[in-house]
Amino acid sequence: MSSASTGTDEPDDIGVPDDRPGGPNDRRAAAKWRDARVVEVAHPAVDAVVLRLAVPERVQHHPGQHYVVRLRAPDGYTAQRSYSVASAPADDLVELFVERIDDGEVSTYLADVVEPGDDLEVRGPIGRWFVWSGYTRAIGIGGGSGVAPLVGMLRHAHDVGRTERLRLAVSATTRDRLPYADELEAAGAHIALTRSPGEPHAGRLDMSAVAALVDPEATVYLCGSARFTGAMETLLVDAGQPAGTIRVERFGPTG
Amino acid sequence: MIVATTRGFLGRRRERDPRLPPGQYDVGAGWPVLTAEATPRVDADTWTVTVDGLVDTPTTWTLRELRLLPPSVYAGDIHCVTTWSKLDTNFTGISLDTLLDAVGVQDEAKYIVERSTTGYTTNLPLDDVRGGKAWLVWEHEGKPLTREHGGPVRMLVPHLYFWKSAKWIERITLLDHDEPGFWEVNGYHERGDPWREQRFDGD
Repeated sequence: MSSASTGTDEPDDIGVPDDRPGGPNDRRAAAKWRDARVVEVAHPAVDAVVLRLAVPERVQHHPGQHYVVRLRAPDGYTAQRSYSVASAPADDLVELFVERIDDGEVSTYLADVVEPGDDLEVRGPIGRWFVWSGYTRAIGIGGGSGVAPLVGMLRHAHDVGRTERLRLAVSATTRDRLPYADELEAAGAHIALTRSPGEPHAGRLDMSAVAALVDPEATVYLCGSARFTGAMETLLVDAGQPAGTIRVERFGPTG
Repeated sequence: MIVATTRGFLGRRRERDPRLPPGQYDVGAGWPVLTAEATPRVDADTWTVTVDGLVDTPTTWTLRELRLLPPSVYAGDIHCVTTWSKLDTNFTGISLDTLLDAVGVQDEAKYIVERSTTGYTTNLPLDDVRGGKAWLVWEHEGKPLTREHGGPVRMLVPHLYFWKSAKWIERITLLDHDEPGFWEVNGYHERGDPWREQRFDGD
């Protein structure tokens, strides 16, 4: 959260200067806490849950934005975390992909306890930097659960018939650990599975893979762990992608 | 409107550390890296910081020059808007008061904008960085500040959420008006007081 650049042109970048109530830039409405109804719960892997929420008075999001989920104990204790939206703006529901962290106070609750029909306090959509309007060329690079906001971008690209504007490269240790693997594969994403020797897509996002993505006119959306995004940044810049075109969303604790 | 309680949620930390602002958790020994863009390589030997704007003598310092000024240590807690807090940590550098005294703050100055080498900006009322509230730091817990955490030198304003502490600081400009910075125009709060949970625009 501490740093970024060239952000002052952001509102234009979104391309939709719509700050009407309920419009995409209605920030005050987005900041309001509200009760979302859990409509669908899926467990695509042992360490993941996908929640699909009906959000009342919903403010439409831009692909790449996140929601905050807040849990409240009977004594008033609360815990909140942010999760990227994996659904497209046109979807009736808001889909959040949650990686279950073993000692995670919020993610274990969401993965192990939440059922359809539950209510969850949420606020959002939040963030105006890691967002893609759909109007510009974009490169999405994701590691592990970092693919979630890129899937939201992909789905939006499909909805508006602009899939040629978005190129994707994603990485995980194994196919099980790659959220939305089938959807990403069908979309032609470059998939690199780092601990799956002999299997389809075995490999890593190395210099040649990254060099093939470079497009100085495009914005890069890079999402994943600090280690993954750090490695990708170096490769991108070394391969000729201007540093100022790279937008980063980092997940997870590191030193 | 808002659920009274979340079904089946008890929460883990029943003994809440009074040093944790509302909605924050203790990240322990870790220190998450959160940056919105590519991490720059800033050479400590050529790095400089400039304090300018509504001051009597705009001045630029190298790191070697800063090291010759009276050092100052911050020992305490830091809080990130993404809900982690790091308790009981410490940073070494120089109090921003030392630099503000050196340049001579003009009476009209009421706000500052911090600027990073990357172009990142964040804004604050001047009162939030005077009187022992803000530092430029180059060491964390006795070791040189790493690149990921804003090295060689970053701003430190620990009483506010950490996006107010610009990494790779290169310029501090004093203004008579408020100029929203990077996250402040991108949906986050103008001031960012963790004890008031001023996270997002509208809080």
